[in-house]
Formats: sequence, C-alpha cells, structure tokens
Amino acid sequence: MLFENFLIWFVVVPIIMMAGLACCGNNNMKAVRGVMVTCSSALLLMSIWLVVEFLRLRSAGDTSEMLFMGSWMWYEPLNIHLAVGVDGISVLMLLLTSIIVFAGTFASWKINPLPKNFFLWYSLLSTGVYGFFISIDMFTMFMFYEVALIPMYLLIGVWGTGRKEYSAMKLTLMLMGGSAFLMLGLLGIYWHSAASPENLTWNILEISHNGAIDPSWQTLLFFFTFVGFGVLGAMFPFHTWSPDGHACAPTAVSMLHAGVLMKLGGYGCFRIAIFLLPAAANQLAWIFIILTGISIVYGAFSACVQTDLKYINAYSSVSHCGMVLFALLMLNTTAMTGGILQMLSHGLMTALFFALIGMIYGRTHTRDIRQMGGLMKIMPYLGVCYMIAGFASLGLPGMSGFVAEMTIFFGSFEHADMFHRVFVIAATCSIVITAVYILRVVGKLILGPVQDEHHLQLTDATWWERLSTVTLIVCLVGIGFFPNWLSETISSSFAPIVNALAQAI
Amino acid sequence: MDYSQFGAMIPELIILGLFLVVFVLDVFTKDGSSKKWLTPLTTVLFGLATVAIWLIPSSGEAVFGGMYVDTTACKAIKAILNVGVFLVLLQSAGWVESDEVAIRKGEFYELMLVTLFGMYLMISARHFLLFVIGLETASLPLAAMTAFNKHHYESHEAAIKYILTAVFSSAILLVGLSFVYACSGTGSLYFDDIRAALSDGAMAEPGLLVYALAFVIAGIGFKLSLVPFHLWTADVYQGAPTAVTSYLSVISKGSAAFAFFIIFVQAFGTVYSEAWEWMMYAVIIATITIGNLFALRQKNMKRFMAFSSISQAGYIMLGVMTESALGLTSMMYYIFVYIVSNLGAFAVISAIENKTGKISMDDYDGLHKTNPWLSFAMTLAMFSLAGIPPFAGFFSKFLIFNSVTASNSMALYMLVLVALINTIISLYYYLLVVKAIWIKPGEAKIESFRSSFTERLGLWICVGGIILFGIVPVIYQYCFDAAQQIF
Repeated sequence: MLFENFLIWFVVVPIIMMAGLACCGNNNMKAVRGVMVTCSSALLLMSIWLVVEFLRLRSAGDTSEMLFMGSWMWYEPLNIHLAVGVDGISVLMLLLTSIIVFAGTFASWKINPLPKNFFLWYSLLSTGVYGFFISIDMFTMFMFYEVALIPMYLLIGVWGTGRKEYSAMKLTLMLMGGSAFLMLGLLGIYWHSAASPENLTWNILEISHNGAIDPSWQTLLFFFTFVGFGVLGAMFPFHTWSPDGHACAPTAVSMLHAGVLMKLGGYGCFRIAIFLLPAAANQLAWIFIILTGISIVYGAFSACVQTDLKYINAYSSVSHCGMVLFALLMLNTTAMTGGILQMLSHGLMTALFFALIGMIYGRTHTRDIRQMGGLMKIMPYLGVCYMIAGFASLGLPGMSGFVAEMTIFFGSFEHADMFHRVFVIAATCSIVITAVYILRVVGKLILGPVQDEHHLQLTDATWWERLSTVTLIVCLVGIGFFPNWLSETISSSFAPIVNALAQAI
Repeated sequence: MDYSQFGAMIPELIILGLFLVVFVLDVFTKDGSSKKWLTPLTTVLFGLATVAIWLIPSSGEAVFGGMYVDTTACKAIKAILNVGVFLVLLQSAGWVESDEVAIRKGEFYELMLVTLFGMYLMISARHFLLFVIGLETASLPLAAMTAFNKHHYESHEAAIKYILTAVFSSAILLVGLSFVYACSGTGSLYFDDIRAALSDGAMAEPGLLVYALAFVIAGIGFKLSLVPFHLWTADVYQGAPTAVTSYLSVISKGSAAFAFFIIFVQAFGTVYSEAWEWMMYAVIIATITIGNLFALRQKNMKRFMAFSSISQAGYIMLGVMTESALGLTSMMYYIFVYIVSNLGAFAVISAIENKTGKISMDDYDGLHKTNPWLSFAMTLAMFSLAGIPPFAGFFSKFLIFNSVTASNSMALYMLVLVALINTIISLYYYLLVVKAIWIKPGEAKIESFRSSFTERLGLWICVGGIILFGIVPVIYQYCFDAAQQIF
C-alpha cells in the first residue's frame, strides 16, 4: 500500500514527523528543530515534485479526471475506502500547505514553553490538512477534516496570547458545530449515492458518475454541506470564531490556520457541495451569494476600525475568504478559477502577514498600532516585507492578489442579471476599502514617526525569520508574474464540475 | 429433563465455574497473607475466560424450550462485556488491596461475577421470565457492591438509593410485562409468540399496548438511566467506590442496552411505528440533551462522568431506532468503544483518587506538569468520548449516526441532527477537563506519583484501544459478522 501510491506519503511523512518528535527529549530544542526542518523540507520537495510530475503527465496527454489514484478497502460493510487522487486544484493546495508548514516551522523557531508538544500538535494539524486534500472518499475526507480542527484547541489554549481560553473554546465549538451539519449532509449523500443499495459509495467520483442525487433531497443536503464547510470558510454570520481565534493563536498556528485551514472550507464547498449536488447549487446559490457578499464588505469595513494588528488581518481574512466562496458560487469556470487563485494568494499573503505580526510582536510586545510607529527606521527588513504583503492584499498588479481578484470579477460579470451585477459591484468596492485599511496601517505603523523611544533599540530580522518570509514573498510575486500556468491547471480541473452544473439546469 | 441442554450455555458455565473457584478459594484460605494470590489469580483466570468466550464459536442452539438461545450476536455481546469487566478488574486492583477492603476482596469478586452471570442471562433470554431472573440477578448484587466502602456514609446512601430504585423499576417492569401478557392474549411470554400476536392485529387488548410499552421502557430505562428515569444516577455514581462506578457506567449500562435492543426488536418489532417509535424518539432526545446540560457544571469527576454517561446512553439507544443488523453492529461497536474510553477516564480518576483522595476537576489543574502520562491518557479518553478523530470515539459516533440515517426517514435525520448538535455541547465539557489539565495556569495540585502495575496495564489497554480500534476496523468487522445472526 505504501509503495503503490505516492500520495499516501503526504500523510505518512507527517506521521513519521510526529513519531520522530515523540522520540525527542522534552526540552531538546535542537532535536525538535532537526525533525521539523527535515520533514517539512521533505514535504515541500514532495509537493514540488508532485506539481512537476502532474504537469508532465497532463502535457503527455493524460486526461483522466484525477491522477495518482489509489483506493484501499477500510470499513468493508459500509464500502468505506481510503481513496486518494489529485487534480490540478488539489496539487496546488498541497503545494500551498507545504510552503506554509515550511515557513511556519521557521516562524516558530523559538516557541516556548513545551516546544515538543507544540510541534506534535502542529504536525497532527498538518496531517489532517494533507489528508483532506488527497482524499476523494467522503468519509476519509471528513475524518481528516476533523483531525485538522481539534489540535487548534490546544495550540491556541496553551501557546496563545490574550483571551486564549475563551477564543480557543469558541473557535473549536463553532468549527465542530459546522462539522456536525456537514456530517449529516455527508450521511445523506451516502444513502442517496446510488440507485441500488449494493452500490452505495463514499467515493466522490463514483457518486458523480452514478448520476444525480434525488432532487428533493439535494436542497437540504446542499444546505447542510455548504453551511458546514462555510463555517470554516468564515462565511457571514458564522465568521465570529475567526477574529478571536486568529488574534489569540501563536504565530505559526495563525499562519497555518488562516493560510490553509480556511481553504479547506472553500475546497470542500466546490468538491462536495457544488460538485455532488449541482441542481441545488444552481437553485440555492443566490442565498449564499448574499451571505458571502456581506462577508466581503463587512469584513473589510470591520478591518478599518480595528487597532490590533491581528484583528485587522483576521477581518481582512473574513473579507478575502468571503471572496473565495463568492467566486465559487458564480458557478462558471472563470470565476471559480479566480476563486482558487484567491485561495492560493490569500493563503500565502495572510501567512506572511501573520508571520510578520508575530515577529513585530516578539520585539515590541504590543500589537496595538497606536503604540507603535516608524518601524521602517528601526527594522527596515520587516517593514519592507509588511509593505509587500499589504500590496498583495490590496491587489496591486504584479502581485498574486491582482491576478486573483481580476479573474473573479471578470468571471462574475459573465452573469448579466441585475442580482449578480449588484453584488459583484458591491464586492468590487471592497477593494477600495481594503486599500483604506492597508494604507492606514502602512502609513502609521511602518512609515510614521517613531512612537516609543524604547523601540529604537530593537533589532531587525534574524536568519530564520528571513528564510520564512522570503519563501512566502517569492511565491507571492511568482504567482503575480506567472499566473498563466496556474490558471490553466486550475480551469482544466473545473471541467467535470462545470459539466455537472450544466447538466443539472 | 435433558441435562445436555446445559452444554449450549458455555459462556454462562465458564463464568459460573470461575465464580465457584473464587468462592471455594475465598472460603478455604486464611485471611491475611495467603489471600494475596486471590486478586492476580482472579484477574488472570478472568482474562483467560474472556479469551475463551471471544474464541469459541457459538452453538446457535435454542434450549430449554427456546427460553435461552446462543447466537453469534449474543456471544459477541458477552465477549465485549467481558473485556470491560477485565479492565475493571485491572483498575480496581489497587483499591481492592487497600486495608479497608482487602479482607473482603473475595466477596467483591464473587458479587461481580454473579452480576455478570445475570447479564449474560438477560442477553440470551428469549422468554420474559428468564429475562427478569437475569435482570434481578444482575441488579441486586450491585447494591451490595455499591455499599462496599462500608465505613463511608456516602457509600451507604448510594446503596440505599440504588436498591430502592432497582426494586421500584423492577416493579414497574413487571407491571409492564403483565400488560404485555394481557395485551397479546396468547398466554405465552416467549418473545416469538408475543411478536406473532402483536403483528397480525389480533391483539386481545389493543388499547393496553401503549401503556404496556411505556411501562417496559420505564422499567428498563431505570437500568439504563434514560431521562426521565435517571435521577438516581449521579448520587449513586458519586457515592459508590470508583471501581463500582466504572462497572455501573459501562457494564451494567451496556448489558441493559443490548437487552433493550433484543426485546424491542424481537418482541415488539412489529409495532415499532405505531407504539414505541415516538416514545423512544422523545426519550432519546431528552436523555442526550439533559445529560449534557447537567454535565456542564459538574466539578466532581464522578458526578461529571455520571451525567456524561447518561448522554452516552442516549447515543447508544439511537441503535435501537434502526431495528436492523446494521444498527446492532454500530451499537455493539459503540459500546465497545465506550467501554475502552470511559474505563480509560475512570482508570485515571481512580488512580488519582487512590493515591491522593482528590476527585474534583479543580484539582486536575496543571496535571501535565507532574503526571504527563496520566494527562495524556485522560486527554485521549476525553477526545474519544467527545468523538474526535482519529480516536475510536469518532468512528463509533459516525457509524451509529450512519446506521440511523439508513432508513432515509426525515424524522430520523432530524433525530441525528439533534444528537449531532448535542455532540458540540458534550465537546465543551469534555474540553473543560482537557483545559484543566493542559491550559490552567499555576502549580499542579497533585504530586507526581507512579501507579501500580495492574492500573498501568489497564490504562494502556484502554489507550491502545482508543488509538487503534477506530483506524483498524477489526472490531467493527467482528461485530458486523456477529450481528448477522441476532435471534
């Protein structure tokens, strides 16, 4: 099983990582770092190889829906498999995860206390994320989804800052609440997945080939699954866990959570809710377009009035992740491609933001922008990085944000009716609001006068901090300059989903 | 009488033989040093009995005119209960050897084996007379076990509460059974006859049916501590010795749940939708919700576990609503996982109580600094009870919900939705324990200690079960194969 399929190693390596960490001494920082750096680099190399190999197979003319497929029986009486397979989107998501796990390892170089336990839970979290992206079996997918949620409780509760106990509990309960709805939706899909009881299946591809699910059930199931994933995608009004959770989480966890975990929501929305329940998606999309439209504008306005750097970013994430779901609900290839680009772009950008905020906070011991200023004079490297992240966030051409948002708005405008137009225009306005809060922070925090004399003694970034940020910046600019191969890979993977939607009308 | 019929009752005979061995050894050895072999001997022999019951094939025979049957499902259920009893024996070893109890330890084992014998009869009974005999055999010795800390006031209070409730609920059950007898009008108490009488609409007294089933549900509901028949649970769990509490919460509850399934599917299966579906619907929702809401504010760990086990009983009862082999499979698997998870938690609680006497959740603050392994085990047990993957509790919850939704009835979907929302409430209070152990600041209130070998062995088995038996589907497969032959 292990040597038949390459994808399974994305779960095996984090497990090896956990086993390695378990063998380290409790305060043996060197050994812990050694294990983390080795394994996260290995994962990064594996993801890069996977992307290259995927592109090679595709250009060699392999047009099957998913590549690197594998399937092993797990719970035989219920036809539950451990089934894996990737298309262009999951390949890129795996790469994003690896980049952020890699950068997060360096961003938490000096984590304290209990470094070993921190990285154990961190690895468990990444196991869940990797497992989710490689699975094509709903049960396995859901299991990995929940595996990724629960370590957050301890990661925030033990290593967080501020009102950490409250935030950890709120985040965990809200996300698990979402997954309760999700579980019901998945059970419903399973029991309607085939015409005869012997053929019931959890495999997403088989369900889509088996033909449409009974339309009278689709509405309900779509509602359950979309809301279930939407909670993790920070859809209004279920987004309230996100600001508190992100503000209190330790740096690497904020990075991984905002960068990757919130993408699980968007990914699940199109992979399960939209793909398997296309008729309901066509009918009900408008409800969720309203909700995500509110997310986009409301998140951006909220970010304008916050003074805590992490809250600003968390609300900006609500806005940007709302954009992801908004794009997916447009149900056409262009907008959905833009949605995936936005996932990648937001993942990298927000990870960079949270890493920088962690580094600034580690020096100034405050995240309140009223108490800081003129950081460009004190720590020019971090200042420049912050500005780059800010520009990516407000969609400056040449950065990833521009590519993503342009694609989304082009795609959304393909809908000619009044309803879509109004919401698209409202969403477009959020770009301006984004500029307001980004430039406000940049002007005040980075460029303004120095507020506190003590800050003048602070030092600039260390080598591990530079490594962490450079990795992310290179990717951000890379997407901005060379978006073509990405959008082609993504849009070709949307073909089955768009076909399913077209047939269901 | 054909005595060869006893040959079909192999599991019962094994337990009875074990009981006699322990009894004779207990009576014919002197008190003091010569009795110190009793605990390891009983534990080892019981372990062997567990393996034997797990491995021997079931005879599949119905004997004594069909009063007793031995099917694969019955045998698998007994094997699962045996695993739980074995774990209770391991974790109670420390308490049993304490000065106060050591002189009476023989009695403790004898009482425990007798209750187990009674539970076996409940499960294999296909006639209400045998069922009631089994139920009484299982309940009455438990009162004596509850009173086992005889110098403690709470233990007596708990025992009185338990015996009064047990007797009262038996009375209600018997009234219910007499109504059933009247209602069916066949002059027979065999499950099959009642089923036949109820199915063809030829009931002698159709108006009695609802009352009959309400009384039966109430009578067995007391044993299962279903809401609203749960009021004794918290006090008894708190007052009883911890070993007995863990026995009550998993073994006694598990056996009653299986008996409930068998009676309601076998004897009353045909009147499911007209008579007892809505009753159980309401009872399950009340059980899960009330158990959860009361657990939220408990500080005493034993009371906490009492309310948590009330709500877990509600999840177990979901399996009854399915009336199918798939439902029984999920139920057996759920109870197995519940046994290892709950006993894992009780192993930690009793280890701490035996060493330090502390039983409040506040005393667990910062436990990870002094007792990292106990903290680890407790965290896993809490995660598993809350249904967090990759631990076994997730799989058992998922599979039981899966079996309930199989009928595609909208009412049952909504039942699952209520149960799922309740898992979030339960997650909150299970996380409170995790929070006390890992997150609460300040110095640990419990000093570092090392528990005895048997306690550690019991705990390791539980931890191994929690980690492995979800990811490796052997137990589920075993239950599935066994559940194909229920009756």
